[in-house]
Amino acid sequence: MLVEPVDVAVIGAGPAGLAAATRAAGAGLTVVLLDEQETVGGQIYRAIERSDAQRREILGPDYVAGAALADTFARSGARYEPNASVWQVTRERSVHYLKDGKVGSFEAKRVVLATGALERPFPIPGWTLPGVLTAGAAQILLKSAGEVPTEPPVLVGCGPLLYLLGWQYVRAGVPIRALVDTTRHEDRWRAKRHMISALRAWPYLAKGLQLLRALREAGAPIHEGADDLRIEGAPGDDGTERAHALSFSVRGVPQRIEANVFLLHQGVVPNTQFSWSLRATHHWDDAQLCFTPQADAWGELDLAGIFVAGDGGGIAGAQAAEAQGELSALAIAAQLGAIDQTTRNRSAAPLLRRLAEVRRIRPFLDTLYRPRDENRVPRDDVLVCRCEEVTAGDVRRFVELGCQGPNQAKSFGRCGMGPCQGRLCGLTVTEVIADALKVSPATVGYYRIRPPIKPLTLGELAGE
Amino acid sequence: MNSAAVSEADVLVIGGGLHGSSSAFYLASRGVRVKVLEADYVGRHASGVNAGGVRTLGRPLPEIPLALMSREIWHNIVATVGDDAGFVPSGQMKIAESEAELDECRARVALLEAQGFTHEKIIDRATVHELEPALAPHVTGAIWVERDGYALPYRATMAFRHAAQARGAVFHEGTPVKRIEQRGTRWYAQTPAGLFSAEHLVVTAGAWSGELAQQVGEPVPVHPEGLMLMVTHRVAPFCRATLGATGRPLSFKQFDNGTVVIGGKLIGIADLPGRHGEVDFARLVRSAHTVIDLFPHLRHLGINRAWAGVEAFTEDSLPVISPSRKASNLTYSFGYCGSGFQLGPSCGKLVSELVLDGVPSLPLDAFAIDRFDAAHLRRI
Amino acid sequence: MTSKPLFRVLAPLAPAVADATVHIWFNDEPLEVPGGRSVAAALLAAGVQRFRATPVTGAPRAPYCMMGACFECLVEIDGVPSRQSCLVTVQDGMRIHSQEGARDLPFSSDPAPSQSIKENSDAR
Repeated sequence: MLVEPVDVAVIGAGPAGLAAATRAAGAGLTVVLLDEQETVGGQIYRAIERSDAQRREILGPDYVAGAALADTFARSGARYEPNASVWQVTRERSVHYLKDGKVGSFEAKRVVLATGALERPFPIPGWTLPGVLTAGAAQILLKSAGEVPTEPPVLVGCGPLLYLLGWQYVRAGVPIRALVDTTRHEDRWRAKRHMISALRAWPYLAKGLQLLRALREAGAPIHEGADDLRIEGAPGDDGTERAHALSFSVRGVPQRIEANVFLLHQGVVPNTQFSWSLRATHHWDDAQLCFTPQADAWGELDLAGIFVAGDGGGIAGAQAAEAQGELSALAIAAQLGAIDQTTRNRSAAPLLRRLAEVRRIRPFLDTLYRPRDENRVPRDDVLVCRCEEVTAGDVRRFVELGCQGPNQAKSFGRCGMGPCQGRLCGLTVTEVIADALKVSPATVGYYRIRPPIKPLTLGELAGE
Repeated sequence: MNSAAVSEADVLVIGGGLHGSSSAFYLASRGVRVKVLEADYVGRHASGVNAGGVRTLGRPLPEIPLALMSREIWHNIVATVGDDAGFVPSGQMKIAESEAELDECRARVALLEAQGFTHEKIIDRATVHELEPALAPHVTGAIWVERDGYALPYRATMAFRHAAQARGAVFHEGTPVKRIEQRGTRWYAQTPAGLFSAEHLVVTAGAWSGELAQQVGEPVPVHPEGLMLMVTHRVAPFCRATLGATGRPLSFKQFDNGTVVIGGKLIGIADLPGRHGEVDFARLVRSAHTVIDLFPHLRHLGINRAWAGVEAFTEDSLPVISPSRKASNLTYSFGYCGSGFQLGPSCGKLVSELVLDGVPSLPLDAFAIDRFDAAHLRRI
Repeated sequence: MTSKPLFRVLAPLAPAVADATVHIWFNDEPLEVPGGRSVAAALLAAGVQRFRATPVTGAPRAPYCMMGACFECLVEIDGVPSRQSCLVTVQDGMRIHSQEGARDLPFSSDPAPSQSIKENSDAR
């Protein structure tokens, strides 16, 4: 177990973490990269080092790009701690983690939080039924286990990751039952305003169009502008209720598709568990409909010595994450005197250019694939807190009883008090309360997040 | 001074926790117009995040009459405030883990009985295990109080708040009081929302009361602590009573929903200006050990979250429940040292008596604000 | 109970040794599952569709996010409840049970009292 203090602790082995750790080690700093998985890659490059040629062919070139990153990290001299679940980072930069059933902690001069993104919650009727997973989950099954649905799945929602999954399934020979897209004409119309900047990032645009074309050519039925999503359950052959059909409507015409696997996706949002637990300042981003931590150009939070890099600071994708990881490492290297400011700025220049370049597509994507209000602020009967089975109607009732924010909602009805610690309900609860009170989500705020950020048992804490 | 800009009342209560809400309830019940000024939201701090122990067990002697008075209110809580506040008379047990500890318990009970208090009783090992079969076998005996129990802190605070509002009290949340000032016999409280005034002022501001007392020229040796608690994931029912231990810090209860709350006046970190308590996990390790020693089967139970509430501690571990000695028409009720929850109902009533009658129905000399000697004050 | 699996393993061109079949127990029934993957992925490929019942209403749940965020994939593994099966690698001989509400960690006969109790008592 780690006991010695280090210069830099990096949490998360996705592109941001790998890049940060590599660059920091390259500057001669002592670095440790902790990650809860067995191998590097985070989610986007999950299992990259174990993937064979067949899998890489299916997953595509963007995935394969992760291999180079993993490789340079492996040769960087940074210490790598896999299977290490970090459950607390303090403002004084002590890092507490759990590995092989034992807790450990150490001090770091600087911390880089690189814990990436989570799937945005998708609270629709029936979203908790067995057989309903996120598109991200389906990708993880593909990347880490080479598994695909046995029957043609239905892909539901919007956003590039959904289309990418469809394209990967096509390449794997898995037919898609349907793509039920919630994107509307209005979204496309509004996104045109950002077309100029999108066109300057034309490689990304071209890629997106290519994905959709491939899906159409594969004959997957595509339903656009879907409203009123509802997943219906029915008893499976073992008697347990599971997902059985998706009903929706397009321009008022009701539709219904039967399947046994439904893959939901309406974008990803920053994983802010650590930054909230540190009480860093966060801002509500109305373009991305999420809270992002306040950070400077190097990713430093308004808490000395703690940085955020990658999607955890705002959704911008894998390539931005890599650049941000390096920028944080450069800033840290200069702060700790390993490099001077001139070197820092010189090295940062191409990274900042790269970052600006990959960010150009964001306003277009954020507008085009803005998740629908009805799929973020659902009707009364929809579960918003999956763990404690609290509905949107329950939350609205709490508001009527005087609840002004998500933390009071916890006390009123256990909403947000389950094991997921708000990861799947936080944004929904904030938006439902904001909508009920007719104020902005910024005013309502977010759950108070407390450690342990990751599971820890009494026995593990006691060291027994 | 434009008097139209001043919000008037008969009594201003600063601090909307349980003690503020209870004081407001009893004052409003007697027909006075009460305004409560709360910096965050009602029940945000110690009142809403404590372990919920409704405990007469283990009190310092001077507190016992107040706790016994409160106990009767708890057992009639529905009739009093119209809500059961989640009160469960589960009984409270303070276990002994050795013969020596059991002797300590016996001495304590004997002392109480000599003073005429019979609520604490010694029970032997067999009785302990009859009541709580899941307890580890090494427990030698315990002090048992049958009519103690636990309640839901936030719900209890809100119950008193709603009952106070039903009797005309008005609560202003998000309204921190920056300055208090007496002009003539009238008190004025400055807040970002404007100026409030009343003939009487009550300070029930928990850990922030010391600053207000300073403004009046009455320094009190009170300091904040961030008391830590943990709540676990749900587990099958195994413990009915609320538990404490003699030889080590522990407060332990299992709620109806199966979660277990573990506390014991464990000191974390209090950030008074930041209005936040922070957890120091190194200190929680001891707590985890204690729980597993007493209930070995909980080794694999997950900790859902740990938090720290901001509480006020006084030098002599007794609260300040007292009229001001420096100014008229000012009453204090704070500094409950992590033991204030159960006392909320009775102390609210006693405050209303201090304000309206000048004389409380129970002796409060032990809680006077001027009891601290020069040595105490030098340490502020 | 298993049913027709919702997921299957793509036939690899060159089967990896790590993916060889492992033998586990699920709800006291023997089950053959592909190895070299998380317990959640293995169970899904072997036809398990219900991993747990919720503590509040007993509703059936199964994996949702596969990345340790949703806590839907909780099962009991070798006597330890509430394990996130998407984060645990499946091993030969594992005894896995679905997590039925909060009926985990039943109190039963204690193991020997731990050393720390004796230390605490001696420290008086």
